[in-house]
Amino acid sequence: MEARIPTRMGDGFMVEMTRSELRADIQVASEEAARRARVPPLTADEQAHLLDIYASPAAFTAVDIGDQVVLSCDGGGSKMTGTDIQDLLESEQRLGQDILELWHIEYSYKAIKTILPFQQQVMQNAQLMLTAPIQYGAQPNLAFYSKPDGPASNWFELLPKGDIAGARAAIDEAMEHATQDMVYVTGGMIEAGADGVDFDTTGGAGDGDFLSTLRAVKRVREKYPEAGIELGMAGELVIGVHGELEWEGRRLAGLWPREQLEVCQDAGVTLFGPAVNIRTSKSCAWNIAYSLTVIKPCMEVARIPVHPNVGEGVCGVPVNGYPPEDAASRAAKALVDILRCDGL
Amino acid sequence: MDVTHALAAGMGGMRTAGDLVARMQMSRGMRLKEAKDYVAGKLGCTVRDLSDSYAMEQIRGEKGLGRILDHSNLHPGEPNAMMAKFRIAELLGIRINSVDKFRDLAGL
Repeated sequence: MEARIPTRMGDGFMVEMTRSELRADIQVASEEAARRARVPPLTADEQAHLLDIYASPAAFTAVDIGDQVVLSCDGGGSKMTGTDIQDLLESEQRLGQDILELWHIEYSYKAIKTILPFQQQVMQNAQLMLTAPIQYGAQPNLAFYSKPDGPASNWFELLPKGDIAGARAAIDEAMEHATQDMVYVTGGMIEAGADGVDFDTTGGAGDGDFLSTLRAVKRVREKYPEAGIELGMAGELVIGVHGELEWEGRRLAGLWPREQLEVCQDAGVTLFGPAVNIRTSKSCAWNIAYSLTVIKPCMEVARIPVHPNVGEGVCGVPVNGYPPEDAASRAAKALVDILRCDGL
Repeated sequence: MDVTHALAAGMGGMRTAGDLVARMQMSRGMRLKEAKDYVAGKLGCTVRDLSDSYAMEQIRGEKGLGRILDHSNLHPGEPNAMMAKFRIAELLGIRINSVDKFRDLAGL
């Protein structure tokens, strides 16, 4: 009888699986990802290495010495344990983060627009006191530009009524506002001394969310050639809410990570963060195999650093307010070992 | 979770050369290997040294690049924060936005 190994489900719940069951999960997940994304599955060697990681009984795991990567960390400076500057100092001095991020709990560019000078002052002060690079981050959150929160009609109400033209017109209007706000805020933070900016969960509201951000990236890049611009995606597939939006002739709806990276590179992004959402009913081994399969093609075309997102609920890290260390560390090691990515 | 990823896979920020390698990724879009090779060349150390807190603590101290400060490791009189960033910009041959702003606003 095979030994049962403690492991995690996608929601963080601990279960026990045999080595054979883990092997099967990895294989099935990779094959499903390959079928959906039309990419090759993980090789036999890669699946075997993944199995070794997830079949280990260790409470914690790590990459090999010398394989460490750059961590671009969102959420470091935002008044969780102290002031935002104290939190940034904690991230730098105690947590060993490589790239820090100043952010506000109202984590969207639309909201930050209304308090920009306050955030600029914090950034200017923080830059005097810290050594590690500090970027400013927020989310595009295109849906905030629709009624009742914004000026545009609510396309999620128009679409069920069959008013596709009206929904597309509303998305077009919202994108203009969103791009303007993103350019205004990121430009303001760079003027205040930020080392870079971060567009987090891009594409969360679909292809319009993605396009409005790409437009902002292009404008920011043109004005600030040396600024770091990080763009982290919301999911592995760009949802075609509008359906007909294009970036330089390429339709954005339906793009998987490799194609997402290609348009981001063309727009002027410096750091690209693919994201693959967790399936909570599947094991973490299943989830990481799926994630690796759809992200791996990025590495063949990457001209810029690729930092897969390893926050809660993405790329093999459980959906849990306190992601278990055994699961999160396995995801990190798997991504670095197999993708040879540039960061996390 | 931040601690988890830092221990599992992170370079270590200012404990090592993580912040320096990160700057090459941010400002020049360098892939990891290229960024590590570049920084190692500028520091005069091996690539493996870049993730070694023992080696980097000494190198950072010698070159005035800023070090982690705690009750057992205090370095008054040594560059840190903005002072260290001036040195980092010069060493790496990059522009650091906050350094330029400081210089402009301080009238230097």
